[in-house]
Amino acid sequence: MRIFLNDDMHEVAPGTLAAALETLGFGGRKIATAVNGRFVAAAARPRTELADGDRIEVVAPMQGG
Amino acid sequence: MSSFYGVELTSRLLLGTSRYPSPAVLERAVKASGAEVVTVSLRRESGTGRAGQAFWSLIQSMGVRVLPNTAGCHSVKEAVTTAHMARELFDTPWIKLEVIGEADTLQPDVFGLVEAARILSEEGFEVFPYTTEDLVVAERLVEAGCRVLMPWGAPIGSARGLNNVYGLRSMRAHFPDVPLVVDAGLGVPSHAAAAMELGYDAVLLNTAVAEAGDPVEMARAFALGVESGRAAYLARPMEPRDMAVPSTPVIGKAVLGD
Repeated sequence: MRIFLNDDMHEVAPGTLAAALETLGFGGRKIATAVNGRFVAAAARPRTELADGDRIEVVAPMQGG
Repeated sequence: MSSFYGVELTSRLLLGTSRYPSPAVLERAVKASGAEVVTVSLRRESGTGRAGQAFWSLIQSMGVRVLPNTAGCHSVKEAVTTAHMARELFDTPWIKLEVIGEADTLQPDVFGLVEAARILSEEGFEVFPYTTEDLVVAERLVEAGCRVLMPWGAPIGSARGLNNVYGLRSMRAHFPDVPLVVDAGLGVPSHAAAAMELGYDAVLLNTAVAEAGDPVEMARAFALGVESGRAAYLARPMEPRDMAVPSTPVIGKAVLGD
């Protein structure tokens, strides 16, 4: 199925947010996530099933003022 | 000592971590400033990028407390979601809440700010709202659960100093027991000193240090400005007056003229 991660389209196997993140290289990384504009806590990623067309945001620590 | 949500801090300077020439300069500037709190943010990262992880390692090595922001958020929903991501990522209930309302001035959308502050306070966040010096808005923020207020000195990154000294002084008088931080718009240490002389509890700045010719030396200069301004406030400055008063006694002066 197709998902959009930070606006880039990816083809991933149907499954959970945790599985998609692992596939796309985010395993073990310090990140926070949202799906379709809603925050998804790290603990909830393994039970968050993705649907075709879902929009995922993945953010990491960054400099800020 | 200043206290924010029960956390006692010795330094009254909070420093941003953005726009420095290099991570090494950032690290030295934070050290030179004496800041115990630095602001951080969160941005998209790709599966192959490592910038965020490297930055986080650097911040952790400094041993400072972090105040994550919601910079760049223009809606309540965006700010609230960003705050949730920040809380998990940085493992802190502190959030510097920004809801931007105007692109040229980066002026806060105070209506969205109050709404977001209420939502986040009810969800257990400890909100540091980036606001204006408007007393009515400030009252609403306190009612919403904010125990710190952060009025702007001037637009973010403008280096203009305190645009509305009267408004900031009124805010200090109106909220004697709420920790107040001048956030944004400072350019030189005398601006920070002026804020502290008004009785503000702390200042928060970033660009004035990061974009100085020598950020490390400017960080040190700001630390001195903050310390100086605070000491002056505690020493209770004399009131200005319109007419001159000779500082040297006139009595006993030799009579030499006609």
